[in-house]
Amino acid sequence: MQAIRERAKAELAVRDSDGNPRIVVAMGTCGIAAGARETMSALLDELAQRDLNQVSVTQTGCKGLCDREPVVEVHVPGQPVVTYGGVTPPVMRRIVAEQIVNGHVVSEYVIGSR
Amino acid sequence: MRELADHILDLMRNSLEAGADEIELEVVEDQFNDLLLISVRDNGRGFPAEVVARATDAFYTTRTTRRFGLGLALLEATCEQAGGCVEVLSEPGCGATVRAQMRLSHLDRPPLGEIGSAIQAMGCHAADIRLQYRHTARAGCYVLDTAALDWEPHCPLTTPSGLCRLAREVREGLRQIGSNA
Repeated sequence: MQAIRERAKAELAVRDSDGNPRIVVAMGTCGIAAGARETMSALLDELAQRDLNQVSVTQTGCKGLCDREPVVEVHVPGQPVVTYGGVTPPVMRRIVAEQIVNGHVVSEYVIGSR
Repeated sequence: MRELADHILDLMRNSLEAGADEIELEVVEDQFNDLLLISVRDNGRGFPAEVVARATDAFYTTRTTRRFGLGLALLEATCEQAGGCVEVLSEPGCGATVRAQMRLSHLDRPPLGEIGSAIQAMGCHAADIRLQYRHTARAGCYVLDTAALDWEPHCPLTTPSGLCRLAREVREGLRQIGSNA
């Protein structure tokens, strides 16, 4: 158990530090109520289908943007962090295709960039 | 919250926010007694009696703990509309248990929905938490323990492929035990 945990931690650390994208899905009660579970599921499915296993996916609590949920943050190393709102499953799949694969931010769903 | 899988995910997130590294999820579809039981138990920091008493109060929340707010209040409303109730048990330092029950056949009971996707979302944290899941239905019992999963080296649990595989395993497991709630 401990060994598995350590190994998984090491894998995460490698993935976080080697310049690969990270995608964070907000999963507070507000996010979940707005459909974040389906968004997460679509995200993982799209990444797996495209064999993008180097992208790390995590979840976080409420970001205080409850009316814009489901909210997703995309961290691409060397680029501003992009926060998207209203990320339904189809929008999530588009973000993977357009930003993660092709490097173009899906501007109509952006609610912030830093 | 359209499906009970959303409530289940919300409960497990509460556990995560409470600093738990072990979560036990149990679902029982008891057709004989016409009950649907959902229980989430964790080893998080727990909370005192006065907090337990107000846990399902939507207007009780503390930004510092972030443990409460709408989540348990919504769950309680869902259970009560389906002829059931919510029970919260905790003591500081001893984790917490939330038990929800509903009438299985009640017209206002939301469907369970895709529990696999709730497990999958928690699977992202498999490096930090162990999730044990037990689901009893008509044709048997399905058990999952994220610490006991035998993953191929090229498909670790926390990768997108690993998490998709996890959701598929849960879906298949629930199908085999005849889960139809």
